[in-house]
Amino acid sequence: MKQRGILVRDFSHYYGENRSLNNINLDVYRNEILGIIGPARSGKSTFLACLNRLNDLIPGSRVEGKILVDDQDIYGPEVDVVALRRKLGMVFATPVPLPLTIYENIVFGVRLLGNNDRGELDRIVEDSLEKAGLWAEVKDRLHTSALKLSGGQQQRLCIARVLALKPQYIMLDEPTSGLDPISTMKIEDSLRTLKKDYTIILVTNNTKQAARVADRTAFFLMGELVEIDETRVVFTRPSDKRTEAYLEGKFG
Amino acid sequence: MTRLEKNDRLVRLGLLMIALSAISVLAIITLFIFEQGTPIMFRYGFKSFLLGQDWYPSEKSFGLLPMIVGSLMVTFGALIIGVPLGLASAIFLTEFSHRRLTRILKPVIELLAGIPSVVYGFIGLMFLVPFIRDNFGGPGLSVLAASLILGIMILPTVISIAIDSIRAVPDSYREGSIALGATRWQTVRMVVLPAARSGIIAGIILGMGRAIGETMAVIMVAGNAADIPGSILAPVRTLTSNIALEMAYASEEHREALFATGVILFIIIMILNTIANVTSTRQRKK
Repeated sequence: MKQRGILVRDFSHYYGENRSLNNINLDVYRNEILGIIGPARSGKSTFLACLNRLNDLIPGSRVEGKILVDDQDIYGPEVDVVALRRKLGMVFATPVPLPLTIYENIVFGVRLLGNNDRGELDRIVEDSLEKAGLWAEVKDRLHTSALKLSGGQQQRLCIARVLALKPQYIMLDEPTSGLDPISTMKIEDSLRTLKKDYTIILVTNNTKQAARVADRTAFFLMGELVEIDETRVVFTRPSDKRTEAYLEGKFG
Repeated sequence: MTRLEKNDRLVRLGLLMIALSAISVLAIITLFIFEQGTPIMFRYGFKSFLLGQDWYPSEKSFGLLPMIVGSLMVTFGALIIGVPLGLASAIFLTEFSHRRLTRILKPVIELLAGIPSVVYGFIGLMFLVPFIRDNFGGPGLSVLAASLILGIMILPTVISIAIDSIRAVPDSYREGSIALGATRWQTVRMVVLPAARSGIIAGIILGMGRAIGETMAVIMVAGNAADIPGSILAPVRTLTSNIALEMAYASEEHREALFATGVILFIIIMILNTIANVTSTRQRKK
């Protein structure tokens, strides 16, 4: 039996009066890649934002139900939100390197913890870039602006930046939506390697990507979790008609 | 050519003329000031104007150094007061305050720019000058008084430009930083402000231009002695005040020397504007 890392129970989320997530129940197992698919505005991104409480930034955001991460209720009163966000690293759809050098982008979060030991920072930079599959390409220009990297490189930099924080979970929100097939392939390769050490939640609007890399796949539709199962099962014998219709491209 | 096309050309021509006339006014002013101000500078030598410490027009002594130093002192003083206050307000209004509060406060701050400078000067004279005289000594009419008044007067410029450039920083930077475990303040300090830096600097330089060009409020609170001030409590005369105070009765070389003052002021302001333009274009290119 696999270990559960995240438990979501009867969870709903509202933007003002609009319900964007409706009574979600699901588990995320450790060291798996959970793919989340669904059409635009189905609540996938909101779901990720709820997991590391980035939704706090949106005025009028409100939740019901529970999310437990490593047995801790993340909406409980004593939660250290900053620590939570470090534990659940997030990679966005558009790569957003900060307007700093490659090196500084990666150590940004580490420095925030007050760690300024040069030797250790150097090690973290090399290690994270290596894991994100970017080291060989940038090792000679670590101190140039990260904004000069190509889109695919920027996205891998963002993954490296998250890894530098030593998270336990990595959440990716359509990480390859703006990338070419080669860059996409490189990132998918990195994800397969990273699975050994991390739990990965991959939101994607590309169903084929979920089929390629996800161990299990969840299908969201209009704020509801329609089904969640082994990727193989979801793609070959979906239990819900709506899943089948979506996978066949009948809507979305 | 159809009638509509002809119309269009006429409108274009008309607008062009109007645009040109606005520009030509600038050109004429520039030419006029230089034509009136430079001959005397050549006659007495630039050095005696820029570095001479004595301003006794009746004795043909036209040293502008006290006024140049005075202008720079009050401008610098205005920045010391206006920039931290302005920047802090801008950060609060963009990053920390409730949206509704910002919507109320921003126009109020911009209203500051609409108060006539003579009113600032009057308030300074009635309240600030006696306050400085009673609490810090000196005549009250001083560098400090002028700096304080100017510091407040440049706030709307500094704040509204800083707000615009902070708002221009993409939200994705903020989200990215916060997702990496930064607090709001760390995000502002380490990501937002560096990204908005050149816009903020341009705003500061525009504020600086405003401070160095301001005349009426400064005349009313600065004391206007044509000496290099020994402390911030001493009276001071700026380049602009020098012109405004003496133009009414100046003639011949005295009058020319005041135009020379204008030339120097003009050059200083041109330099500041150019720096502001260069820094703000550099930001846009990024």
